[in-house]
Amino acid sequence: MKQILAIATLLLWSFSGNAQEEEGGSLLDLLEEEETTNYASASFKTTRIINAQSIENVAEGVLDFKISHRFGMLNAGAYEAFGLDNATIRLGLDYGITKNLMVGFGRSSWQKALDGFVKYRILRQSTGKRNMPITLSVHSSIAVNMLRWANPERDNFLTSRLVYTHQVLIGRKISSGTSIMLMPTLIHRNLVETKAEKNDVYALGIGGRQKLTKRLALTGEYYYVLPDQIADIYSNALSLGIDIETGGHVFQLHFTNSTAMIDKGVITETTGRWDKGDIHFGFNVSRVFTIREQRRPKE
Amino acid sequence: MKTTLTVIFLSLATFGFAQDKYFTRNGTITFFSSTPAEDIQAQNFGVTSVLDIKSGDMEFSLLMKSFEFKKALMQEHFNENYVESDKFPKASFKGKVRDISSIDFSKDGKHQVKVSGDMTLHGITKPVTSDGTIEIKDGKVHANSKLMIKPEDYGIEIPSVVRANIAKEMEVTVNTTLDPLNR
Repeated sequence: MKQILAIATLLLWSFSGNAQEEEGGSLLDLLEEEETTNYASASFKTTRIINAQSIENVAEGVLDFKISHRFGMLNAGAYEAFGLDNATIRLGLDYGITKNLMVGFGRSSWQKALDGFVKYRILRQSTGKRNMPITLSVHSSIAVNMLRWANPERDNFLTSRLVYTHQVLIGRKISSGTSIMLMPTLIHRNLVETKAEKNDVYALGIGGRQKLTKRLALTGEYYYVLPDQIADIYSNALSLGIDIETGGHVFQLHFTNSTAMIDKGVITETTGRWDKGDIHFGFNVSRVFTIREQRRPKE
Repeated sequence: MKTTLTVIFLSLATFGFAQDKYFTRNGTITFFSSTPAEDIQAQNFGVTSVLDIKSGDMEFSLLMKSFEFKKALMQEHFNENYVESDKFPKASFKGKVRDISSIDFSKDGKHQVKVSGDMTLHGITKPVTSDGTIEIKDGKVHANSKLMIKPEDYGIEIPSVVRANIAKEMEVTVNTTLDPLNR
């Protein structure tokens, strides 16, 4: 009997003790915290680093109009206003079909080329309930040179001009300001000029961005083409630039030795060399339009 | 004797566990910015809240990243450039409903209340006071309120380029349905 009383008293004591503790603490502590998944967002300001695809996708239902511009080369001298008299342009439209799938196409003045691509995000960097250290996307593009045939009297096949690019885009937002990317790349060219050039070209791209302020960031990308695959006149493409964000626009200003703005041109047909001053000043302007408003995610 | 003691003890225990606290995990907080140039609205459907009907203590907490905008880019800018959700993932409120003892929670009814306390947003804590209603219906407590918040007060910078598009004062609407908290 005494024992029961003692236990009851003890229990009551401990109970009142608990009650007192609560008053000082937070009411929300009474609820167990639900663990949520925190996805890394805005690793890059737009879907391109400069010429290369970034790990970003345009959002579902959003159309991105891209105007890309490369002036002539800086070493053209004062007569050519250091390249400003000449320009190469690509106009493109990108669209987000789902939050992980986007498509795009464009036309370049370089080779009068047409290009189209599909990019699909497979893994998304996150912490919390779902922990994933990287974002991983696959990207495939196709491009075709549309210049008039040099020898129209010959049997020419459009298929011989098709070039396919396949990439795995692996990226990580290391901190809120710093993101890095690796881009293993395979380019398949249906027809090459000489036997010494390979139909399949392997390359590895690296890229990154460093935010300087909330709306300004430094960007860079470099493609290393594995040796003995493309003709000697071509060199690796290096591009360095800044991203400026103003509301619905992103302005990318940069210097690059690549004239082309599409994968096959940047990676396998860059003739300019930084050490010779074959550097283009250029810019990309991205303007997004919300075609379909965001749906509430299903619970 | 033993039974009597057990009964007393049990009744004491249940008294201790009485439903004097109500909670939700899916309350709604909406903010609305209206300018001649543009109306911007965002909703958060994952608001956590606890109300102690004995003391009047009331708390709210939400994840900034859970605000949903119609335009994806706005949502990105909101998190990246304005509220800096990576640095300050949560916003919270800790305060008191004044004169809560005048409300009979055992009866259905709607009551006008005044709530005051501290709101923390973007890492900055400021006192806020707001009018609201508490409605008791079918054993649930509906707590609603509307208040105005100035982003500047919480150190949220708005650059001059978008000054015309973002209101100086935002209307914040709180809608919660609280269930009894059974521990």
